[in-house]
Amino acid sequence: MIRVQAEDFDIGKEVEALLGGRTDIGAVVTFTGRVRDHAGGERIAEMVLEHYPGMTEAELARVEEEARARWPLQASLVIHRFGRLRPGENIVLVVTAAEHRGDAFAAAEFLMDYLKTSAPFWKKETTGEGAARWVEARESDDAARARWEGERK
Amino acid sequence: MTVKLLYFAWVREATGVGEEEVTLPPEVTTVGELMAWLKSRGAGYESAFARAPVIRAAIDRAHARPETPIAGAREIAFFPPVTGG
Repeated sequence: MIRVQAEDFDIGKEVEALLGGRTDIGAVVTFTGRVRDHAGGERIAEMVLEHYPGMTEAELARVEEEARARWPLQASLVIHRFGRLRPGENIVLVVTAAEHRGDAFAAAEFLMDYLKTSAPFWKKETTGEGAARWVEARESDDAARARWEGERK
Repeated sequence: MTVKLLYFAWVREATGVGEEEVTLPPEVTTVGELMAWLKSRGAGYESAFARAPVIRAAIDRAHARPETPIAGAREIAFFPPVTGG
Protein backbone atom coordinates (compact mmCIF):
# COMPACT_ATOMS: atom_id res chain seq x y z
CA MET A 1 0.00 0.00 0.00
CA ILE A 2 1.29 3.46 -0.77
CA ARG A 3 0.12 6.92 0.24
CA VAL A 4 1.28 10.43 -0.65
CA GLN A 5 -0.04 13.09 1.69
CA ALA A 6 0.59 16.49 3.26
CA GLU A 7 -0.59 15.39 6.72
CA ASP A 8 1.56 13.74 9.35
CA PHE A 9 1.17 10.04 10.17
CA ASP A 10 1.01 8.12 13.44
CA ILE A 11 3.48 5.25 13.18
CA GLY A 12 1.78 3.08 15.81
CA LYS A 13 -1.65 3.45 14.27
CA GLU A 14 -0.33 2.80 10.76
CA VAL A 15 1.39 -0.42 11.83
CA GLU A 16 -1.68 -1.60 13.72
CA ALA A 17 -3.94 -0.90 10.73
CA LEU A 18 -1.53 -2.63 8.35
CA LEU A 19 -1.24 -5.79 10.44
CA GLY A 20 -4.97 -5.84 11.14
CA GLY A 21 -4.75 -8.40 13.95
CA ARG A 22 -2.99 -11.00 11.78
CA THR A 23 -1.18 -13.66 13.79
CA ASP A 24 0.91 -15.22 11.00
CA ILE A 25 3.39 -12.31 10.83
CA GLY A 26 6.64 -12.84 12.74
CA ALA A 27 8.62 -9.73 11.88
CA VAL A 28 7.71 -6.08 11.33
CA VAL A 29 10.29 -3.46 10.38
CA THR A 30 9.45 0.24 10.37
CA PHE A 31 11.69 2.97 9.02
CA THR A 32 10.87 6.64 9.55
CA GLY A 33 12.70 9.46 7.76
CA ARG A 34 12.57 12.83 9.54
CA VAL A 35 13.59 16.41 8.83
CA ARG A 36 17.02 17.18 10.36
CA ASP A 37 17.66 20.58 11.95
CA HIS A 38 21.05 20.93 10.27
CA ALA A 39 22.79 20.34 6.94
CA GLY A 40 26.38 21.02 5.98
CA GLY A 41 27.07 22.77 9.30
CA GLU A 42 24.09 25.11 8.93
CA ARG A 43 20.86 25.26 10.87
CA ILE A 44 17.78 24.33 8.86
CA ALA A 45 14.61 26.25 9.70
CA GLU A 46 12.25 24.41 7.37
CA MET A 47 11.95 22.35 4.24
CA VAL A 48 9.46 22.29 1.38
CA LEU A 49 8.95 19.00 -0.42
CA GLU A 50 7.70 19.32 -4.00
CA HIS A 51 6.52 16.29 -5.95
CA TYR A 52 5.02 15.23 -9.26
CA PRO A 53 1.43 14.22 -8.52
CA GLY A 54 0.51 11.11 -10.45
CA MET A 55 4.05 10.00 -11.18
CA THR A 56 4.91 9.92 -7.47
CA GLU A 57 2.17 7.41 -6.76
CA ALA A 58 3.06 5.39 -9.87
CA GLU A 59 6.78 5.23 -8.91
CA LEU A 60 6.11 4.30 -5.29
CA ALA A 61 3.72 1.55 -6.42
CA ARG A 62 6.35 0.25 -8.86
CA VAL A 63 9.01 0.18 -6.13
CA GLU A 64 6.67 -1.59 -3.73
CA GLU A 65 5.75 -4.15 -6.39
CA GLU A 66 9.46 -4.79 -7.03
CA ALA A 67 10.07 -5.34 -3.30
CA ARG A 68 7.18 -7.77 -3.08
CA ALA A 69 8.52 -9.67 -6.08
CA ARG A 70 11.92 -10.03 -4.37
CA TRP A 71 10.91 -10.89 -0.80
CA PRO A 72 8.00 -12.88 0.62
CA LEU A 73 6.34 -9.93 2.35
CA GLN A 74 3.06 -10.44 4.14
CA ALA A 75 2.28 -6.72 4.19
CA SER A 76 3.97 -3.47 3.22
CA LEU A 77 3.28 0.23 3.45
CA VAL A 78 4.98 3.37 2.15
CA ILE A 79 3.76 6.83 3.20
CA HIS A 80 5.56 9.90 1.87
CA ARG A 81 4.66 13.47 2.83
CA PHE A 82 4.95 16.62 0.75
CA GLY A 83 4.62 20.34 1.47
CA ARG A 84 6.16 22.47 4.22
CA LEU A 85 7.94 20.51 6.97
CA ARG A 86 9.88 21.60 10.04
CA PRO A 87 12.83 19.90 11.80
CA GLY A 88 11.70 16.88 13.76
CA GLU A 89 8.70 16.25 11.52
CA ASN A 90 8.19 12.94 9.76
CA ILE A 91 8.87 12.76 6.01
CA VAL A 92 8.54 9.12 5.08
CA LEU A 93 7.38 5.84 6.62
CA VAL A 94 8.23 2.37 5.32
CA VAL A 95 6.75 -0.70 6.99
CA THR A 96 7.49 -4.26 5.92
CA ALA A 97 6.08 -7.42 7.47
CA ALA A 98 7.28 -10.96 6.87
CA GLU A 99 7.51 -14.30 8.64
CA HIS A 100 11.18 -13.71 9.43
CA ARG A 101 13.23 -10.60 10.14
CA GLY A 102 15.78 -11.02 7.35
CA ASP A 103 13.22 -10.48 4.62
CA ALA A 104 11.55 -7.60 6.48
CA PHE A 105 14.86 -5.76 7.09
CA ALA A 106 16.14 -6.25 3.54
CA ALA A 107 12.86 -5.21 1.92
CA ALA A 108 12.61 -2.06 4.05
CA GLU A 109 16.14 -1.02 3.10
CA PHE A 110 15.48 -1.80 -0.55
CA LEU A 111 12.29 0.26 -0.53
CA MET A 112 14.12 3.27 0.91
CA ASP A 113 17.10 2.95 -1.45
CA TYR A 114 14.80 2.72 -4.46
CA LEU A 115 12.34 5.42 -3.50
CA LYS A 116 15.16 7.86 -2.73
CA THR A 117 16.50 7.50 -6.26
CA SER A 118 13.30 7.12 -8.28
CA ALA A 119 10.29 8.76 -6.59
CA PRO A 120 9.88 12.31 -7.98
CA PHE A 121 10.31 14.40 -4.83
CA TRP A 122 12.52 17.47 -4.44
CA LYS A 123 13.54 19.10 -1.17
CA LYS A 124 14.13 22.81 -0.80
CA GLU A 125 15.70 23.81 2.50
CA THR A 126 15.57 27.19 4.18
CA THR A 127 18.47 27.90 6.53
CA GLY A 128 18.28 29.75 9.84
CA GLU A 129 19.48 32.86 7.97
CA GLY A 130 16.55 32.61 5.56
CA ALA A 131 18.48 31.39 2.50
CA ALA A 132 16.54 28.82 0.43
CA ARG A 133 18.28 26.21 -1.71
CA TRP A 134 17.43 22.97 -3.47
CA VAL A 135 18.98 19.90 -1.87
CA GLU A 136 21.48 18.21 -4.21
CA ALA A 137 21.13 14.50 -4.96
CA ARG A 138 23.83 12.39 -3.31
CA GLU A 139 26.05 9.89 -5.07
CA SER A 140 25.86 7.72 -1.96
CA ASP A 141 22.13 7.26 -2.65
CA ASP A 142 22.87 6.02 -6.18
CA ALA A 143 25.50 3.67 -4.74
CA ALA A 144 23.00 2.37 -2.17
CA ARG A 145 20.54 1.60 -4.96
CA ALA A 146 23.22 0.00 -7.14
CA ARG A 147 23.91 -2.60 -4.43
CA TRP A 148 20.57 -4.24 -5.25
CA GLU A 149 20.95 -4.22 -9.03
CA GLY A 150 23.27 -7.21 -9.15
CA GLU A 151 21.11 -9.46 -7.02
CA ARG A 152 17.77 -9.65 -8.74
CA LYS A 153 15.89 -12.72 -7.65
CA MET B 1 2.90 16.94 -32.41
CA THR B 2 1.39 18.73 -29.41
CA VAL B 3 2.46 17.67 -25.96
CA LYS B 4 2.07 18.84 -22.38
CA LEU B 5 5.37 19.77 -20.73
CA LEU B 6 5.86 19.90 -16.98
CA TYR B 7 8.78 21.38 -15.04
CA PHE B 8 9.66 20.79 -11.41
CA ALA B 9 11.93 22.23 -8.70
CA TRP B 10 14.77 24.43 -10.04
CA VAL B 11 13.90 23.60 -13.64
CA ARG B 12 10.46 25.13 -13.01
CA GLU B 13 11.98 28.13 -11.24
CA ALA B 14 14.42 28.77 -14.10
CA THR B 15 11.87 28.45 -16.91
CA GLY B 16 9.29 30.36 -14.90
CA VAL B 17 6.64 27.88 -16.05
CA GLY B 18 5.06 24.92 -14.25
CA GLU B 19 3.32 23.43 -17.24
CA GLU B 20 2.50 24.31 -20.83
CA GLU B 21 1.21 22.85 -24.08
CA VAL B 22 3.66 23.05 -26.96
CA THR B 23 3.62 22.05 -30.60
CA LEU B 24 6.91 20.43 -31.52
CA PRO B 25 8.63 20.61 -34.89
CA PRO B 26 8.92 17.19 -36.58
CA GLU B 27 12.71 17.07 -36.24
CA VAL B 28 12.40 16.84 -32.44
CA THR B 29 12.12 13.08 -31.88
CA THR B 30 13.91 12.27 -28.60
CA VAL B 31 14.07 13.59 -25.04
CA GLY B 32 17.58 14.94 -25.68
CA GLU B 33 16.49 16.74 -28.85
CA LEU B 34 13.53 18.20 -26.98
CA MET B 35 15.85 19.58 -24.29
CA ALA B 36 18.05 21.18 -26.96
CA TRP B 37 14.97 22.67 -28.65
CA LEU B 38 13.61 24.02 -25.35
CA LYS B 39 16.93 25.72 -24.65
CA SER B 40 16.28 28.08 -27.56
CA ARG B 41 12.92 29.28 -26.21
CA GLY B 42 14.20 32.18 -24.08
CA ALA B 43 16.58 33.18 -21.33
CA GLY B 44 14.85 31.17 -18.59
CA TYR B 45 14.84 27.99 -20.68
CA GLU B 46 18.41 28.60 -21.70
CA SER B 47 19.60 28.86 -18.11
CA ALA B 48 17.58 25.78 -17.07
CA PHE B 49 18.68 23.57 -19.96
CA ALA B 50 22.29 24.76 -19.78
CA ARG B 51 22.32 22.09 -17.08
CA ALA B 52 20.76 19.51 -19.43
CA PRO B 53 23.26 16.76 -18.53
CA VAL B 54 21.90 16.63 -14.97
CA ILE B 55 18.23 17.19 -15.83
CA ARG B 56 16.06 14.06 -15.71
CA ALA B 57 12.94 13.44 -17.75
CA ALA B 58 9.79 11.37 -17.59
CA ILE B 59 7.43 10.45 -20.41
CA ASP B 60 3.84 9.83 -19.36
CA ARG B 61 5.00 9.53 -15.74
CA ALA B 62 7.75 6.96 -16.30
CA HIS B 63 11.48 7.76 -16.17
CA ALA B 64 13.03 8.34 -19.59
CA ARG B 65 16.55 8.84 -20.94
CA PRO B 66 17.94 11.41 -23.43
CA GLU B 67 17.77 8.84 -26.24
CA THR B 68 14.17 7.82 -25.45
CA PRO B 69 11.84 8.57 -28.41
CA ILE B 70 8.98 10.96 -27.63
CA ALA B 71 6.58 9.82 -30.36
CA GLY B 72 3.10 9.38 -28.93
CA ALA B 73 3.91 11.05 -25.61
CA ARG B 74 1.09 12.99 -23.97
CA GLU B 75 3.05 14.42 -21.03
CA ILE B 76 6.79 15.00 -20.72
CA ALA B 77 8.33 16.26 -17.48
CA PHE B 78 11.76 17.73 -16.74
CA PHE B 79 13.25 17.87 -13.27
CA PRO B 80 16.47 17.69 -11.24
CA PRO B 81 17.73 14.38 -9.78
CA VAL B 82 15.21 13.39 -7.11
CA THR B 83 15.87 14.08 -3.41
CA GLY B 84 12.95 12.54 -1.52
CA GLY B 85 12.98 10.02 1.31
